Formats: sequence, structure tokens, C-alpha cells
Amino acid sequence: MPRVRVGLFVTCLVDLMRPRIGFAALKLLETAGCEVIVPDTQTCCGQPAWNSGDAPGAVALAKKTIAEFEGFEYVVVPSGSCGEHVRIEYPRLFADEPDWRDRATALASRTYELTDFLVTVLKVDSVPGDHEGTVTYHDSCSGLRGLGIKEQPRSLLAKMKGVSLKEMNGCEECCGFGGTFSIKFGEVSAAIAERKCDNVHASGAQAVVGGDLGCLLNIEGKLRRMGDENTRVLHIAEVLAGDA
Amino acid sequence: MEIKSMHFKANASATLANVVLQGNLKNAKGKFVTKRAEAIKDLDDFEGTRDAATAIRNKVIDNLDLWLECFERKALDTGAKVFWAKDGAEVCRLVTEIARSHGVTKVTKSKSMLSEEAGLNQALEAAGIQPVETDLGEYILQVDNNEPPSHIIAPAVHKSLDDVADLFHKVHGTPRKTEIPALTREAREVLRGHFLSAEMGLSGGNFLVAETGSVALVTNEGNGRMVTTMPHVHVVITGIEKVIPTLEDLSTLMRILPRSATGQSISNYFSILTGVKKPEEHDGPEHLYFILVDSGRADVVGTDFHAMLRCIRCGACMNHCPVYQTIGGHAYGWVYPGPMGSVLTPLYAGMENSIDLPHAATLCNQCGIVCPVSIPLPDLLRKLREKQTERGLRPLTERIGLRVWAWVAQRPKLYALGASLGVRYLKWLAGDTDRIRLLPTAPEWSLGRDFPAPQGKTFRELYAARQTRKGATT
Repeated sequence: MPRVRVGLFVTCLVDLMRPRIGFAALKLLETAGCEVIVPDTQTCCGQPAWNSGDAPGAVALAKKTIAEFEGFEYVVVPSGSCGEHVRIEYPRLFADEPDWRDRATALASRTYELTDFLVTVLKVDSVPGDHEGTVTYHDSCSGLRGLGIKEQPRSLLAKMKGVSLKEMNGCEECCGFGGTFSIKFGEVSAAIAERKCDNVHASGAQAVVGGDLGCLLNIEGKLRRMGDENTRVLHIAEVLAGDA
Repeated sequence: MEIKSMHFKANASATLANVVLQGNLKNAKGKFVTKRAEAIKDLDDFEGTRDAATAIRNKVIDNLDLWLECFERKALDTGAKVFWAKDGAEVCRLVTEIARSHGVTKVTKSKSMLSEEAGLNQALEAAGIQPVETDLGEYILQVDNNEPPSHIIAPAVHKSLDDVADLFHKVHGTPRKTEIPALTREAREVLRGHFLSAEMGLSGGNFLVAETGSVALVTNEGNGRMVTTMPHVHVVITGIEKVIPTLEDLSTLMRILPRSATGQSISNYFSILTGVKKPEEHDGPEHLYFILVDSGRADVVGTDFHAMLRCIRCGACMNHCPVYQTIGGHAYGWVYPGPMGSVLTPLYAGMENSIDLPHAATLCNQCGIVCPVSIPLPDLLRKLREKQTERGLRPLTERIGLRVWAWVAQRPKLYALGASLGVRYLKWLAGDTDRIRLLPTAPEWSLGRDFPAPQGKTFRELYAARQTRKGATT
């Protein structure tokens, strides 16, 4: 079988804050037999512009991203939020530009969130890493409600011998991040995050795992402010790659 | 009602600081969400019912004028009178005139959010007519110095048992009671006299049925029946979008409305009221008036926000909203809170008066998922943000910031430079710790939480270095 040629869209948050998540994604895809290319001109998918009411900015960044990634067989993103933006929102950005809409739709149909790609497309039967301990999984909003990411990360975690999943109450509830919401309404955002952290604590898990770095930074920031120095906050890619 | 939505942020802060209120909100949250989830399970096909409900509402709002004319014709045939009100001021004028023409001095009311929009109680009082709220929640608020509602179906949800016990003790001058049944009985005893003496009853309407000229009322306390059948005059106030074609459609919508709202398969009382009392009938009003209110609704038809008119006012969106659950309804500053309110307030009360509301959401889409008529609330909120930007209503710093960021993000080399400088700055702020306690570039973030420190270099820097190493070794 020829190697699947995948373009890795690292996402701006991973680029800035947690490069190791990008490398973990790379490792997972390469171990699964993909040829992975990381276009070095990539920046941001444009979701912050779109969600802030800057449609022209969102359209310009979408065109840039489409041009960079449309040559790949698949595009993989270690984020439900950016993945949702490309898969669901991109085609909707070009109501008045049919050529771009077609290109956006074509790219959207080949773009996958990382765990979805590993499970749905590659159908992997093992993952490279192992992780010892109890974890609880936070379902991020765009991944869950936008892309239907629910069982994929759990089924991958189940392939790891050392991991025991302890579901928390309200795992599908928003953590309060909401992109720019977190810096426009900081107090409200942090109060919502506190509820999430209470649920994490009640689960008794040693680590909270998720697929979106925005949520994870929010949860980690709140846990530490609450005085919790122990609960680890990990991206699913790090856990699966055995890098955590 | 006076709009205070421009103070959203300050209102939200005050709510977060109110420990008692936070407790009340936490208690309410679980009840609504759990009950709805249970109730939805008994529908064989929730998605199918939801699609059917959505189709019914679309059919109406796509030809609103037609269905309103049908309703009007049928309602006139049943002996009712139909008035049209352009705005809240006209509602107040019409109700006052109707009351005066019948010599009314006291009006009993069942819950009507439109009367809140119009500020009707204040107008009636100014005209020397006493309005008496008879929905228990609304009654509690009325006797508490006309406090505004904080939820569209549970207006006093922000109050605890203790709050109500103190309030009744104070306003009724009775010994303080601590049990819910005793407090309810006390309210009933007070209200009984009003039911018997009011000359006019005023209700909202959950639906207007075009086929029969009827109004459908969904209530849980029985006060709606007292208000609509005991006085000789009944006035119905509803928004023009509340019309539906047939009784068959009503049965479809009723499968989904109470389940979405309170998690009941059917509300305790469900009335379909048609026409005035006939000579052979024993009860019902001799005079029935419909006041059909525009107040901004017609302007929404055919716009990007058209789907919002499907709303059947169940409250599920706010019950499931992480922001509403955290700050309650008052912070939103007008009649309608939560996601539906954050769309309706800018549309009905002015975009410039409610700058924060479309942004007061994480766009988590829990509201869109639970909406029984499939309103894409996050899309509508996002669209409002776009309209604000187009109209220059957002703060200048935010607009410039976004433009600069989007401009830089289209220039990879410049972006890469900015990213690596930014990361080094953040790393410097964190020092030798793994977190930043006070984030100067986004102080709102660090009000209630730390900002985790970046790893130190950007992915693109590390990846380029790795590729160079790879090149060197091969």
C-alpha cells in the first residue's frame, strides 16, 4: 500500500505554546505509516477572525490555508476547534465565490482532527506510546459537537495498557475558554473553568486529557490558580505518543 | 423595559461575587438539564420531532403575513377583537384603553414576557389600574419591588427558598414560613382575592392557531386558567411570530415544548382558548382581545437572523448555556437572557445598546444542540459580531488589533518572527516557573487563573532545526 501523504496543520497555539504536541502528532502519523509534510508557511486557520466578526480577515486566511494544503491527500490537525473551522466553516465562508467554495469544500472533506484520522481513516490497531495512570477526558466543544469526536480518543486510550479512564461529570460541558471570550470576559470564563476543574477533581484522575490546546491551557491555568500542583494537563497526542 | 445590557460586564462581575446567588444558580442548573435529558428520552424520535417542529415554524415565518391574516379572520369569526401594535408604547396604550372602556381597576396577569418588553405594569399603574402578577415567580418579583425576571420560564429562579421566606414575611406581614407548600399556600391566599375581584385578565400566548383563531397556553400553576376565564374581559398579548397553522401542528410542537422547557412530557395545565363566551356556556370572557405585537419582529423577517423567529421560548438554550449557568439572567440586562436573549436583545432593543451580548458566549453550541426548533444560535451570535464590526461598534483597539493580526498572519516570515519574539517574551514573564501569574497583554485572562508558560521556542523553529539535523545526517 502506498504511503498516505498527509499535510500536518500544527495550529497557531501549538506552534506558540506547546511544540511537543506537534511533534507527538508527527510521531503518531509517521508510526502509522504516513508520509508527513509540515508546510513551513502555515500560520493560522483564521478562526479567531471569523469568531470575532472580521469576515474579510477570515476569508483571506482561509484562502492562504487552502492554497497551502490542498495538494495533500489528507490534512490532519491536532485540534477539534481548528479542524471544525476548516471542515465545517471554510465552505460557508465563500457563499459568493463559487471557485473558492469548491476548493474549500474539497479541502474540508479531506481534513481530519488527529484522533478521528487515526481511528476513522487509518484504522490503527496500536499506538506507539504507553502512559501509566488514571486520566479523565475533556470533550472540547468544537470537536464534540462540530465533528462528532467522542469515541475516537477513548478508543485510542483503550489501546494503552497503563491508562485507566475515569470519566468525570460534565465531560461534554464547555470549559469556559471560548477563544477570545477568555480574554474579553476573563472572570466569567475563569468561573466556568472552575466548574470544570471541580469535575476533574471529583473524578479522582491523575491527569486531564483533551484534544484542544486552548481548553487545556484554560484548565491548567485554573487548576494551578486553585492551588492544584499535581493534576497533569495533557494533550491526547502527547499521551498516545508516549511523550507525556 | 429599560435596557441595561451595556453594563453586562459589570453586572456579570457583581453576580459572580454574590455567594448566595451563585448557590441558587448551581441548584437550578442541574434540575433543568437533567429533567430535559430524561424527558427527551421518552420521545421515540427526538430528532424527527425536532425536524417537524422546525419545519412548522419555518412554514409560518416564511409567510408570516399570510398566516397572521388567516389567524385574524378566524379570531374575528369567534367574536374576538384583534389589534396590531407596532411597539411597546402601543401595547401599553391599547391595553390601557381596553381597560378604561370596560371600567377596569384591577388586572390579573399570567406570565407574559412581551408585557415585560413593553413595560406594561408601569404603564397600567400610571393609568391608575392595578396589575397583579399571578404566576408565582412573577408574583414574587412584583412584590419584591418589581424586580425583573431572570429567566423566561422560571422568572424567579435566582431566588432561594430563604429569599422567598424573608420576602413574604416582610410584604405579607405574616409569620416567616420555611416550607415551600406553606409559602405557596400563602401566595394562593393572597391571589385568591385578586382573582375574584379583577375585572380583566391578561395573558401571553404560547401559540396562536390560525386554523381556529385560538390561543394556546402552557402553564403549570393553574393561574393561567383563572386569569383567562374568570374576568369578563381577557386580553392576549403575543408577538406576531407566535402564530402556527393548525391544531395538528400544535400537537407536534407540544410534544417538544414542555420537554425542552421543564422536562415535563406535558405541562400541568394546557389550555386552548377559542372565542368569547357563548350564551349557552357557563364561563369564559364576554370580551376577548388579541394584541399582536411587532416590536422589531417584522424587521427580522428575511434577514440573516430570520431563523431566530422560530423560537418557541422554551428556555433550553439558557438552561444549557455555561455562561448563563454561571451568571444568571439579570446580567444580560433586558427581558431575554442567555443565548436567545443575546440574539434578540440586539435585534429588538438595539445593537448599540448591547455591544457585549453577542460576545458573551463561548460558542460551545450546547444551545444549538438542545434548541427544539434547530436555531443555529452560535451562527447568529457570530453574525451579530460581524454586523458590529461592519458598523464600527467594537472598540477601536480590538478592531485594529484584529486587523493587524490577520495582516501579519498572511505573511509567514513576519508571522514567524512575531511568534518567536512573542514566545520569548512570555517565557521571560514566566521566569524560571511554569506559569505567568499576571499576563500584561491580556490581563483579563489572569484575573481568575494563571497562564501556563510556553515551552520556549516555536514549533516552526524546532522543526526547522530538526530538518536541518536530519539533512546533516543523511
